[in-house]
Amino acid sequence: MSPAIGEAAPAFDLPDTDGGRHSVGGDGARQDAAATVVVCTCNHCPYALAWHERLLDVARDYADRGVRMLAINPNDAERYPRDSFDAMRERVRADGGWPVPYLRDEDQSVARAYEAKTTPDVFVVAPDGAIAYRGAPDADHGEPDLRAAWLRAALDDVLAGRPVERAETKPVGCSVKWRA
Amino acid sequence: MTQPRVELLFWDGCPSHPQALADLRAAMADAGLDPDTVLVREVDTDQRADRERFIGSPTVRIDGEDVEPPGDDEPVGLTCRVYHRRDGRVSPVPDPAVLREALETAMTRSTP
Repeated sequence: MSPAIGEAAPAFDLPDTDGGRHSVGGDGARQDAAATVVVCTCNHCPYALAWHERLLDVARDYADRGVRMLAINPNDAERYPRDSFDAMRERVRADGGWPVPYLRDEDQSVARAYEAKTTPDVFVVAPDGAIAYRGAPDADHGEPDLRAAWLRAALDDVLAGRPVERAETKPVGCSVKWRA
Repeated sequence: MTQPRVELLFWDGCPSHPQALADLRAAMADAGLDPDTVLVREVDTDQRADRERFIGSPTVRIDGEDVEPPGDDEPVGLTCRVYHRRDGRVSPVPDPAVLREALETAMTRSTP
């Protein structure tokens, strides 16, 4: 079962494209960050690409408030070579670096634990380790002016210590490419 | 004038085809063509993708020509296609202006 809003975010520890590792604590563990945004994303999906800059802007705008963002690519790279770890590294390099680490979920265990549906699929983990938001960044991938408003509102609520008013929206994007 | 053959190929793992179909039908209506004549075909296996030279969903072909012809090295497969709007935005569907222009070109070609 997918973790529900208010339940503990599944723990993970994954490698990034720069040789680092990043983790989320899981079961009852407090997070170091004021909030952690976990974004299931990929290289080849037009929805993920359309929302990409908006999500990076959120990471930049909330970094000094203690929010960290982790982008995770879980797609099967055998059938979708554009989502291989090498292709991920090349994308970050070609972009001149990202303000968020880009993590590889090679065995797809993290995407399965979160029951990620699409790329993108966005989760906000509160400081107590509970999932506070899950869904799309905003209402329309085609409207950059929306600025990932749903995600920003969820972060504002978490940072203010309030329950997230709109805690769940429908994720929209390409299906996660599961291994056969 | 001969009505061009308008096809929409889609893969159900990508949610963009209803929008693409709506845009295509609107463009056909604007061009004076019957929107109900669009041929909608699902590509649901790798084998079918190979056979159709299907590089992703949605793919729109008019008289057999892709409205945004892919590069020769574009791999076939069950995936979502990345398009770009005229203003540079990434989009999961072709720009409606591209659809209209492709239809106009096909209609001009078929006019004796």
